[in-house]
Amino acid sequence: MSSARLNRYLTAMICCVTLFTADASRAEEVVVYSARIEQLIKPMFDAFTKDSGIPVKFVTDKEGPLLARLKAEGKNTPADMLITVDAGNLWEAAREGLLRPVESEILETNVPAHLQDPLNRWFGLSIRARTIVYNTHKVKPSDLSTYEALADPKWKNRLCIRTSKKVYNQSLVAMMIAEHGEPKTEQIVKGWVANLATDPLSDDSKAMEYVAAGKCDVTIVNTYYYGRLMKKNPKLPLAIFWPNQDNSGVHVNISGAGVTKYAHHPQAAIKLLEFLSSEKAQNLFADVNMEYPVNSKVKTDPTVAAWGSFKQNTINVNKAGELQAEAVKLMDRAGYK
Amino acid sequence: MEVEAPNGMETGTGPETGIETTNSQGTKKGFFSFPTSSRHASQGWRLIPLLVAALVLIPVGTVVSSLFTPAGEVWRHLAETTLPDLLANTFWLALGVLAGVTLLGVSLAWFTAVCEFPGRQFFSWALLLPFAMPAYVTAFVALGLFDYIGPVQTALREWFGPDLFWFPNVRSRTGVILVMILAFYPYVYLLARNAFLTQGKRSLEAAQSLGLSRTQGFFKVALPMARPWIAGGAMLALMETLADFGTVAVFNYDTFTTAIYKAWFAMFSLPAASQLASLLIVIVFAMIILEQQFRSQMRYAEIRQSARAHLITLSGWQKWGVTGFASATLFLAFLLPVAQLAVWTTRVFARDFDQRYLEFLWHSLLLSGFAALLTCSVALLMVYAARRHPSRATRAAVRISTLGYALPGTVLAVGIFIPIAWLDNQLSEMAMQLFHMETGLLIQGTLATMLIAYMTRFLAVSYSPIDSAMQRITSSIDEAAMGLGLSGWSMLRRVHLPMLRSGIFTAATLVFVDVMKEMPITLMTRPFGWDTLAVRIFEMTSEGEWEQAALPAVALVLAGLLPLIFFMRQSEK
Amino acid sequence: MKTLLELSDIRHAYGQQRVVNDLSLTLGKGAIGCLLGPSGCGKTTVLRCIAGFEPVSAGKILLNGAVISSNDVMIPPERRHIGMVFQDYALFPHLSVTDNIGFGLHSMQKGERSARIAEMLQTVGLADSAKKYPHQLSGGQQQRVALARALAPRPELLLLDEPFSNLDVSLRGRLSLEVRDILKSQNATAILVTHDQDEAFAIADEIGVMHHGEIQQWDTAYNLYHKPANRFVANFIGEGVFLPGKMLDRQQVEIELGTLTGDIPHRCAPDCQLCQEGNMVDVLIRPDDIVHDDASPVQAKVMQKAFRGADILYTLQLPGGSIALSLVPSHHNHAIGEKIGIRLEAEHVVAFSHAVPT
Repeated sequence: MSSARLNRYLTAMICCVTLFTADASRAEEVVVYSARIEQLIKPMFDAFTKDSGIPVKFVTDKEGPLLARLKAEGKNTPADMLITVDAGNLWEAAREGLLRPVESEILETNVPAHLQDPLNRWFGLSIRARTIVYNTHKVKPSDLSTYEALADPKWKNRLCIRTSKKVYNQSLVAMMIAEHGEPKTEQIVKGWVANLATDPLSDDSKAMEYVAAGKCDVTIVNTYYYGRLMKKNPKLPLAIFWPNQDNSGVHVNISGAGVTKYAHHPQAAIKLLEFLSSEKAQNLFADVNMEYPVNSKVKTDPTVAAWGSFKQNTINVNKAGELQAEAVKLMDRAGYK
Repeated sequence: MEVEAPNGMETGTGPETGIETTNSQGTKKGFFSFPTSSRHASQGWRLIPLLVAALVLIPVGTVVSSLFTPAGEVWRHLAETTLPDLLANTFWLALGVLAGVTLLGVSLAWFTAVCEFPGRQFFSWALLLPFAMPAYVTAFVALGLFDYIGPVQTALREWFGPDLFWFPNVRSRTGVILVMILAFYPYVYLLARNAFLTQGKRSLEAAQSLGLSRTQGFFKVALPMARPWIAGGAMLALMETLADFGTVAVFNYDTFTTAIYKAWFAMFSLPAASQLASLLIVIVFAMIILEQQFRSQMRYAEIRQSARAHLITLSGWQKWGVTGFASATLFLAFLLPVAQLAVWTTRVFARDFDQRYLEFLWHSLLLSGFAALLTCSVALLMVYAARRHPSRATRAAVRISTLGYALPGTVLAVGIFIPIAWLDNQLSEMAMQLFHMETGLLIQGTLATMLIAYMTRFLAVSYSPIDSAMQRITSSIDEAAMGLGLSGWSMLRRVHLPMLRSGIFTAATLVFVDVMKEMPITLMTRPFGWDTLAVRIFEMTSEGEWEQAALPAVALVLAGLLPLIFFMRQSEK
Repeated sequence: MKTLLELSDIRHAYGQQRVVNDLSLTLGKGAIGCLLGPSGCGKTTVLRCIAGFEPVSAGKILLNGAVISSNDVMIPPERRHIGMVFQDYALFPHLSVTDNIGFGLHSMQKGERSARIAEMLQTVGLADSAKKYPHQLSGGQQQRVALARALAPRPELLLLDEPFSNLDVSLRGRLSLEVRDILKSQNATAILVTHDQDEAFAIADEIGVMHHGEIQQWDTAYNLYHKPANRFVANFIGEGVFLPGKMLDRQQVEIELGTLTGDIPHRCAPDCQLCQEGNMVDVLIRPDDIVHDDASPVQAKVMQKAFRGADILYTLQLPGGSIALSLVPSHHNHAIGEKIGIRLEAEHVVAFSHAVPT
């Protein structure tokens, strides 16, 4: 094919492609930027569309680039809603002025106060408890007490932990700073690092597998990873322990959402948000990922319920965002990779 | 940072004409004309590399622009805590990978180009297969296999008892280096092999006729003569190493890219991130200049292919030693990962495979195809422009245009995103004011953004093979064509394009495979509903679901293999 | 003259195909030999066998009486002290002319080395280009550097593989003689391989015409031209035609243009069939064997003419119908179709058995 014809085809193709994919629709729909991966959020969207008839378009990515994208797009962003898997990024989005406040009775009822933005710019939709998992052959529940206690020298060479680069640990440390202040938290984290049996691992499942294999005895993970792993391999010698029951409670984070400031379909987005907090959707959160519902009216999934009930830490999760940068720096100082 | 066409490059002196001739490019002017050979058209050509360079500078500039916003606090923190480790890590990684790919690539290239051993023909092209395997896939397979909890160590623990043996720690600096060496050696292999094929045997014989043994000849003559190519390949590998994010994330190994990511998205400090990115860019630029020095030597290499390749015969154990070496490399770099992926895939296939995978595959192929088309077209235009106006400015513009390759994907993605979004906003403002029309985003969220980002990133990869192929079109060919009545477009179509075909094909294949493997730009710029295989891999690995990631990974590797194999067979001729 | 190089019934096969077939030759010290033949005759392979880059499957190669290649012996090339000038020169592009020439002198002391390099530069006439790099030289200059480089270590034997094939035709003549002078001045023993007769004639003392892996005739240029041993050599060397003839006796053969007398160069045995009276033979008649003579009764018609500056080569049709060639001083300019008088003037008689035309 000659170069000239080639060029013509190319131009034609690009034009068509641009036209077809350019977002110029004004029909009622909700456009979502989601840090929750597709298989963990599509079922909820499908249920919403079935119920309301409003289609949902979404794109997934890591939370960082999503935020950067939202910010860059400014007024012309096609996004109506931002969904994250942690509170810190919602806080940051709100701080950057990317989310709008939402007044909704339904949301106020369904979502507990410590799991939503005090200024109503974002709302938690599922709870992710980050708790201790231990090797049942090597550790007795009586050996365990709190997150902080894992810094004790008796755990030397027995602790495995996920990398500090993952937002869940950043939120955990941020909440600890909120509770204990920086100096004490730094000591605790330093203690953890000293007790590591091996370098921080890339994900929670790996950490638990290391515990099961005997390289270490105890680790800190999100409960749903535990659930997934045990489903795949029920014979693993692992069990959940709920720490800090005598004081502040188990650290929780949220997967949550907010309506963007420049949303083109704000009403539809609010509807979706309300739907996600409603019983029907809340059940799905448990179904697809064994997460805890924020809506207290919803019963937890039996498998999850079997892990026991626990007292959760009720410091507002927005602290996770407020103190995230500090947390990251602290972890750097403590040598927590 | 330039990849050579497989048929080698012919510059230097042509048939003797009794007068001094130097390189075939640049000494003659005005040999190439277009129908509208006006001054305007001429100036138009000059603009092309400049425009492209400007385009590439946009993301670089965007990233660097925050350089001067004080980020004092964050920067100080970094300097006190992680920066020394970062620098050390990056340095050792770069050094280790550089040494490794050079050793591995050069030795394999030498053996397959110049020696006879069992399986030589097979290995000649098979050793390029790891190109199709993204480094981050090799990484998670390596960890999956050799980790503490992996099958190898688990089995060993069962046999020998948990305390009785020692196994090297894969999740270490050495581990990352090894994985990257296995992933990136093909760059050096491809280029060095090209050099040895066209020069190696002959120069070795010349050295032997002057009393040097084969080994001495290799080190004193063949190797130095191939140095520019080897350096080119090593630079490509090094760029990939520095820009890599996926592999180091899997290993939890701190380098510049992870630090940039952390500063930007975890510490919410764009200034700090851009300062780190700028530092990275400076390092890369220094390397580009260095590489340029090597490249200039390539022009003077005489290449004349001997009529029949008289290969060096090796003695018995030497022969099998080489076969073993090549087999081991292929096994570790490609066969083993593919096998493990296949095993994992069988476990999840029934559950996971559905119609969507065909969609992912289709999207991957389509995007790769478009990107290859666009990037090669632009590269072709630039090569022509450079040929027409071989000035300093043009050469500098070309150098800069290839810079995109060295930026970490995420950085480039965001760097492109921000200006395009700004442009979009301006356009919609205009539309509002002029036509009272609400247009929303025009460029943003379309394939156009993606393709431009891909082009910016992979121009380097496509430029070189086309450039090399262009070098072989001597001015006398142009003149002969003109004498037969061709000019401008007809000359391009009937003379140049056929001769450039192999170079263009090489370029297209490389871009195609690279875009298939690409992740951060795809994630960030894709339009709604345009998920690809790489996106799927990302989603799975971000949740630690390695087995589920195997299915799209296998599909990705296979999809990349087809053009790759086709290309390699072509180059063997 | 002492024998420096001896090839004794060497064979080389490429897979199943025999490329060199029971080939033998000897070369004396200080002599310049040449293997001449069309492409594919195996001459380059012979050279590479001598150099040690290819093995021999049978036979022996001896240098100064010592075996260097045979079925069980294979001295590696770097230990043979045999220099080689390659067809594409194979200069090292990353080294200067000086460094290229001095490349093989690693065993010499520094002072000795510089002296030898300077000497070589002088010999090949490139003293001005000492610091230049190969890409800055013309083809002829590069060739001279290649020659200097190969000669610098004073090799026992020098091999040249088609040294002029990459050069302009107009330069070849001059350079051929220059190369011969250089070789003789260095007292070098050399073997040259080429397909170009003029080159071979200009440079070599002895030439072996090769065909299908065998040497058809190893002789001086003069003898090859005037006393070719077989049809192939006769056809390959120079120009000429075969005219039918009849043997009158061992010394005489009759052809259309007259009777030729001379030593039929077949050195045949007394009972040789060829020389029997009455036998039909083909006689080689070269263009210089037929001279233009206006007074001659024999008239031939000009079919074609080729102007060659000093001479014109006429293709003539003899009265009997055969075609012959004649080289005539060019001031005798005849048109095509004209009839001119010719006369036979041959001193050498070359005859072969009558070949059935194929």
